[in-house]
Amino acid sequence: MDYFIELFFSGLTRGSIYALIALGYTMVYGIIGLINFAHGEIYMIGAFTAYIIASVLSIYGFPALSIIILAGFAAAIWASAYGYTVEKIAYKPLRHAPRLSPLISAIGMSIFLQNYVLLAQTSDFLAFPELIPDFDFMEPYADKVGSTDMVIIVTTIVVMIALTFFIKMTRIGKAMRATSQDRTMARLIGINVDKVISVTFVIGSALAAIGGILIASHIGQINFYIGFIAGIKAFTAAVLGGIGSIPGAVLGGFVLGLTESFATGYVSSDYEDVFAFSLLVLILIFKPSGLLGREEVEKV
Amino acid sequence: MSAILKVKNLSMRFGGVVALNALDLEIHEGEIVALIGPNGAGKTTFFNCVTGIYKPTEGDVLLTARGQENIRLNGLKPNQVASKGMARTFQNIRLFQSMSVLENVMIGRHCRTKAYILGAILRNKATRDEEQETIEKSYAILKKIGLEKYVNESASNLPYGAQRRLEIARALATEPSLLLLDEPAAGMNPQETKELEELILRLQQEGQAILLIEHDMKLVMNLSHRIYVLDYGTLIATGTPQEIRNNPAVIKAYLGESDDDSQHRSHKEGANA
Repeated sequence: MDYFIELFFSGLTRGSIYALIALGYTMVYGIIGLINFAHGEIYMIGAFTAYIIASVLSIYGFPALSIIILAGFAAAIWASAYGYTVEKIAYKPLRHAPRLSPLISAIGMSIFLQNYVLLAQTSDFLAFPELIPDFDFMEPYADKVGSTDMVIIVTTIVVMIALTFFIKMTRIGKAMRATSQDRTMARLIGINVDKVISVTFVIGSALAAIGGILIASHIGQINFYIGFIAGIKAFTAAVLGGIGSIPGAVLGGFVLGLTESFATGYVSSDYEDVFAFSLLVLILIFKPSGLLGREEVEKV
Repeated sequence: MSAILKVKNLSMRFGGVVALNALDLEIHEGEIVALIGPNGAGKTTFFNCVTGIYKPTEGDVLLTARGQENIRLNGLKPNQVASKGMARTFQNIRLFQSMSVLENVMIGRHCRTKAYILGAILRNKATRDEEQETIEKSYAILKKIGLEKYVNESASNLPYGAQRRLEIARALATEPSLLLLDEPAAGMNPQETKELEELILRLQQEGQAILLIEHDMKLVMNLSHRIYVLDYGTLIATGTPQEIRNNPAVIKAYLGESDDDSQHRSHKEGANA
């Protein structure tokens, strides 16, 4: 039973990270119908930014908790700047192009950003400092769930609630929903659609960066390629949960993380991807629009 | 009465096709003006040019609204046109279906409110006041339109006539100086049409200027102060409902023409080309 609980929490931790990245995929898809393949790279850039800021701050002897908060903010802002710029450069000029063009442009952006970080930084794995301290109150449960896991899970849940509130209640959240439903109509009632799309990219990128810094400090190392795998997994999570749906992305992330964790724990770590993607195939057979996705009704 | 909208020499060409040909049109304060014409005459194209969806090939669209005179609208984006003070509805229903009725109207207030990401995060007093005001004003509009009983209903669950009225409510939420209605009575039953007629009249009495595209001639004749008639992208007549009813050119455009006339016409078109 203890083993089960341990696997369960490690699954939730993984799932949280997938969910944080999947939110970016799903929001962008919801609003412009594009799979932003460069999103995983934004996450990687977030991790690198956090690494640099954290290294500098630790030289000056900042306490661990303030380092993670400052590095988190810096990473979120810097990654948002990247997300914003990527949208302006690679997607905005193709707003009225056929669907395939921005997709290719996204893949190009992804390859570009990977190689840019490879050249600007290094191809080696970098040791990422352990930024999340061990909390005393977690001590009795430490053999089942570490402080890092707890921080990651709680952060994801808080972020998801905040995001849901943001989209449901606020002025700009309403504008985002309106834009995703009918872009022309949204324009005609005075919504600056370009701005709304930019905001979507900025929020998605900030979330990915937060995911990046959390996972990096959990695993303890980063390199320029981490965005690719994480991106694919998060994309899978988004599709699993129903792309375009925000609770769906989080649910998909958790389902995927748990599946991988249990597959690793009870079968073999060699098979974790096999189980993860088999699950995807199974779910899509029975629910083609994903777990929480809305079926697209064709109007006659 | 001063002019709210002045359209001067407006032309729209798609490649070689002339959709609108040197249109001149004026709408004054508090007026209901109708734009009529056979199918394909260019009425909706005209709306699209005026609201910034299309960029007119030639000509000027000038709006006097919100304390500014003769704002040039051609070249502005649709969202800028809306914030200058022009709102429209569509031939087909284009509500935000998965939002509630109230939210549909609230979204119309977007260009009259300011709160942004920072406001959403900080939730300071200004943001909260603004949200409160948005809700109150939106509710007041729903009440005026007679939809307040549906306030939390999903827009897609409304009866057809109510959906059409909700579109007008949403357009009104942008506080337009000029309201463009594209076939508001399309698909309505006689009862709904009658209610719509009363609604439009009530809005006009409150000082709302309205430009209307409509095929329901009874509605047009009852409501409009002036009528513009469009055929093949060209204005063929303007005047009061009485004048339009008796105008031979209009009757010809709607009912067709005798053989002699049509030969004359194709000859003329040949000469133009």
